[in-house]
Amino acid sequence: MKESRPPFDLGRLKVGVLALQGSFQEHLAVLTGIGVQAVEVRLPDQIHDLDGIIIPGGESTTIGKLAVDFDLLEPLRNFGKKKAIWGTCAGAIFLSKDAHRNQPLLELMDITVDRNAFGRQIASFETELDIPALEVINSTPAPFPGIFIRAPLITAVEGEAEALAKLPDGRIVAARQGYLLATAFHPELSGDDRVHRYFLHLIQESSGR
Amino acid sequence: MDSQVSTFTTKKGLAQMLKGGVIMDVVTADHAKIAEEAGAVAVMALERVPADIRADGGVARMSAPELITEIMNSVSIPVMAKVRIGHFVEAQILEALEVDYIDESEVLTPADEAYHINKHQFKTPFVCGCRNLGEALRRIGEGAAMIRTKGEAGTGDVIEAVRHARTVFGEIKQLCNMPEEELMTFAKNIGAPFELVKETRELGQLPVVNFAAGGIATPADAALMMQLGVDGVFVGSGIFKAGNPAKRGEAIVKAVTHYNNPEILAEISRNLGEAMVGRNVSELEDNEHLADRGW
Repeated sequence: MKESRPPFDLGRLKVGVLALQGSFQEHLAVLTGIGVQAVEVRLPDQIHDLDGIIIPGGESTTIGKLAVDFDLLEPLRNFGKKKAIWGTCAGAIFLSKDAHRNQPLLELMDITVDRNAFGRQIASFETELDIPALEVINSTPAPFPGIFIRAPLITAVEGEAEALAKLPDGRIVAARQGYLLATAFHPELSGDDRVHRYFLHLIQESSGR
Repeated sequence: MDSQVSTFTTKKGLAQMLKGGVIMDVVTADHAKIAEEAGAVAVMALERVPADIRADGGVARMSAPELITEIMNSVSIPVMAKVRIGHFVEAQILEALEVDYIDESEVLTPADEAYHINKHQFKTPFVCGCRNLGEALRRIGEGAAMIRTKGEAGTGDVIEAVRHARTVFGEIKQLCNMPEEELMTFAKNIGAPFELVKETRELGQLPVVNFAAGGIATPADAALMMQLGVDGVFVGSGIFKAGNPAKRGEAIVKAVTHYNNPEILAEISRNLGEAMVGRNVSELEDNEHLADRGW
């Protein structure tokens, strides 16, 4: 598989991973493996000098509550109006405007999500996904290993948002809106760093370089 | 494109999603809602918290299905439930109920004095307790997708949780620093599968997520376990046997997130009301040590 050259100096990027709860260490390890500076974010004053932020998988109710308690909602919303944010699973729920439930959301993306859409843990699954957008990483992208754990579905994509990946039956599992990215699955557990590289590409676009 | 349900990756993966979080013991649907609102990442549904199991005596078994189902219906976060060590039919029943995680637990009365459950046979993932690296790797060898270091449940005394966490992390350090020719003898001495010993050495940590459990009663206890290196905490009697469960639960959740920030820990430890009374582990009779159950 031929990889394109890194588009710009990755080593100068600083990406934050929201470390309130969930799979933040897994994301940090992938970013570090790519050669990006990656830092944990728990408080508002840790956000201002970042180039992009990842909101990890975890429990969306826990992450939302802690984000409210430690005054992170507004700083994250302001960040997401100009810069790149990627949410995986719980993070995707947190980015959405509607999760059919009364819980704190960033409401940055014009997507509606359905929590635990596939059922309980016993229905968690792995499947291969076609993600055409990964063309920016490989010219003919191989299927991506999708890991779905008590996963949500993206049930509506509106306004500027667009679907990036679907299950064979057409249900949406990834979406993009400008520099914002939402995946219902967990690239941070897959051993495949292409979605992380795609997110770095969004960061590059957001910085105008 | 084939889709595979309940792989080891998804079993282990759910535990990875619980990292940096607090799993709370609850005995009613109301408790479960309080726990969810306090920020718990999951709840453990049971009939009696360990402190009451100790006080009541008798045989402690799997909880009644109607109680577990009621709790599952009351919250959106994962629900775990306990089975007796070796009681694979209790585990079959919990799988039929579709609980999200099964805890093969020493807190209940063991059903088999020689064998744990063959956990590979189940679609539902299992968490098991350990006191040392050998016990952790034996459970993983049997199919456990998550480990918790055993504390002395129902005492409110953190000393055993600390002892067992230090033991596991100390043995992993020792394993990582020894010459390769010593690995097989090390595996033999700790009674662990050789392949898992090698994997642990390569990773520098257990191959699955490792929480602390047993005796955690305050935000400081939870942060102590996190600083020692665990991935998250189970809190049993420590929350709902305390004066103000909602407030204490919330404070313990925040303590696990900000475990390395003493200023925040000081702030969230204020005005929590009474902690559970507790019992000193050193004053327990020999037959009261739950952590010694399991082999």
